[in-house]
Amino acid sequence: MSLGGGERREELTAPPADRLGAIESGVGTDEWVARVDERRAAQKGIGGAIARWWERTPPFARLVVLLGPFAIFPFITNSGNLYRYGLLTLIYALLALGLNVVVGFAGLLDLGYVAFFGFGAYLYGIMASGHSGHHLQAEIAIPIVVVATGLLGLLLGLTSWRLIGDYLAIVTLFFLQAFVIFVNNANGGLNDFSYPFVGKVDLTGGANGLDQIDPLNFFGWKIHTTKGYYFYTLIALALLMIMLFFVNGSRTGRAWRALREDPLAAEVMSVPVNRLKLLAFIFGAATAGFTGTIYGAVQGGAFPGDYDVGLLITIYAIAILGGLGSIGGVVVGALIVNGAPELLRSSSNARYLFYGVLLLALFVALRPWYKPVIVLVGTIAFGYAVHGIASLVWSRGTAGHISGAGGFGDALEHWVLLPSRAGSLAGWAYFALVTAALVLTLVRGWWRVVVLIPTLYLAAFVWENKLVEQVSGATRLIMLGALLVVIMNVRPSGIFGTARVEIV
Amino acid sequence: MPLLELRDVSKAFGGLQVTDHLSFDVGEGEIVSLIGPNGAGKTTVFNLITGIFHVDSGAIVFEGEKVSGLAPHRITDRGIARTFQTLRLFLNMSVLENVMAAQYGHTKATVLESMLQLPRSRREEKRIKQLAEEKLAFFGQRLAGYRHGQPAYSLSYANRRRLEIARAMATNARLLLLDEPAAGMNPHETHEITELIGKLRDEAGYSILVIEHDMHVVEGISDRVIALDHGIKIAEGTFDEVATHPLVVEAYLGVRAEAEEAV
Repeated sequence: MSLGGGERREELTAPPADRLGAIESGVGTDEWVARVDERRAAQKGIGGAIARWWERTPPFARLVVLLGPFAIFPFITNSGNLYRYGLLTLIYALLALGLNVVVGFAGLLDLGYVAFFGFGAYLYGIMASGHSGHHLQAEIAIPIVVVATGLLGLLLGLTSWRLIGDYLAIVTLFFLQAFVIFVNNANGGLNDFSYPFVGKVDLTGGANGLDQIDPLNFFGWKIHTTKGYYFYTLIALALLMIMLFFVNGSRTGRAWRALREDPLAAEVMSVPVNRLKLLAFIFGAATAGFTGTIYGAVQGGAFPGDYDVGLLITIYAIAILGGLGSIGGVVVGALIVNGAPELLRSSSNARYLFYGVLLLALFVALRPWYKPVIVLVGTIAFGYAVHGIASLVWSRGTAGHISGAGGFGDALEHWVLLPSRAGSLAGWAYFALVTAALVLTLVRGWWRVVVLIPTLYLAAFVWENKLVEQVSGATRLIMLGALLVVIMNVRPSGIFGTARVEIV
Repeated sequence: MPLLELRDVSKAFGGLQVTDHLSFDVGEGEIVSLIGPNGAGKTTVFNLITGIFHVDSGAIVFEGEKVSGLAPHRITDRGIARTFQTLRLFLNMSVLENVMAAQYGHTKATVLESMLQLPRSRREEKRIKQLAEEKLAFFGQRLAGYRHGQPAYSLSYANRRRLEIARAMATNARLLLLDEPAAGMNPHETHEITELIGKLRDEAGYSILVIEHDMHVVEGISDRVIALDHGIKIAEGTFDEVATHPLVVEAYLGVRAEAEEAV
């Protein structure tokens, strides 16, 4: 048999008629692959319906849906709550928006981001505070801060010309640490650096912070209420979201995303990669610097401890939770990351969240639908049975009470064991719960359903007897962690993120 | 005057001479194939032309102007665009965006203009969207309208190769460098690509320098063939001249045992 070229070429020039037909109509396996997403979208239940509705909504209507509730919030709450839930959430959202440009669009892992936020607050404080003795108007000070932070961003961004990924991350993280050390020490003390022209001056107030920062003062109009700052920040956020939306759809946004996907291909496709990296850094830094002026003015001071790795992680969590590269996602991310721990300060709220997350996790993790239902019914029955038996033989075991949870609390009292003095028993139960959770990961199929029932009951027991007491402390953070784990499992690319493919 | 001219170009990585005093040219409207065994330095030549690597000595001249030494995106702006042997699409961007991204060098709107949606920015957006659609229309049904909004990763392998060519076209290039356009394709798709390359020259007016291993493709499309081995040009001419050239046969098949003994 000959495998020579002549034969093969003949076959090449004359493909079978049926194949030609398929090609002309554009239908093939290729087509089937391309429509996987559509089919998947069509199958989903409520989640799919919401996602499709969101897809159809025009961009400006989305903005109203996202920020509308924020505009109403000040009228239904007091100023303490407005600060804690409202203003801080908006400030976080602004920060995450700037981070989103650097990390989400351009794909540059910038761990020094929070330094720009601090730099903005300190620089504003230096230009307008009782501490420094200067009192510049905000309409002059803010542009100066934005430009100066942008320049600082440019300098840090220069490192991204040669460094990518992990290497860029450690260099920028070092920059953040250097910033924190600098503001901690630049107070005109003995060891302090002598500046050109002015000599030794107290620039930052050192570890005590820079105090007496002026409120924002535009053309003589002072903002001095939380509500005022709230609306100022809300408007800034809305404007920035709109502008970023346009930039994202423009040549610059496309170039950023192209550089995130493949810097080399972007460069050969006429994108000046280095310039765009700098642009992303400048954009992010300027946003953070601007936000810093708000935060400094609201607090009336700038303190070195505020601009540390803890905040960096929070902002990253917001951006990732909302969906990297998604503009609307930062608002929802900020709401969850900032709002959830605040809500958890009250034990009855925390209780609802605890049982809610358990329920959600159950229905997400177990398929098909009847398995979680069986587990749920089984757990409830199991609880009442245990409670019934205990009330006959161990009267102390059901003596406790749940306060302040209304009808739900009353129902719980007849279900979960509440010993009058739980003490070491709760500790042992905690230990047993962790063991049961580990066993759960080892068993499969129906065994998992069987083991889940006592495990869930054990979880409720541990929660009611041990964790709920410490809800304003460590438990709160454990709960937040658990919530984030559940959300990221349900939507791995963030709430608003689109699934990204790395290598295909 | 040839469109692209390599004059005595050399490149070494440490002690390894990957391109050794290489000179050749590509004329206006010509399809030139670059062949040679694996490791002959073909892709290196592409990397040198597009500015990813810098030449050690010699010069690369495009339209009478020296381009060696320029940054890659500047070279692309001059009118040279390439595809990659290992596909390098922007996978998480839509098909249309992939093509539109390549117009960056030919648009001018600043960030501020885009942010405020000033007229120039909107005008440019409209223009490059139209241009991208035109380029994609070149591929007929394969990358037809309903595909434009889909992410590039949803495309099949063959369509990704087509999209890469569309993206290169969208840089307003005059010279296309195609790095193994038929690699990994089935015989039918290979045939289609062969026709497409011809169409790119005849209908769209591109000059093309192509690296290809499939000799049927090379024979079908080439005006001229250049064979490389160890970074040295060993033969140049029509397909038949090069294919029967003793040095080319030796490079691909090695020297026969008895011939070696004779030496």
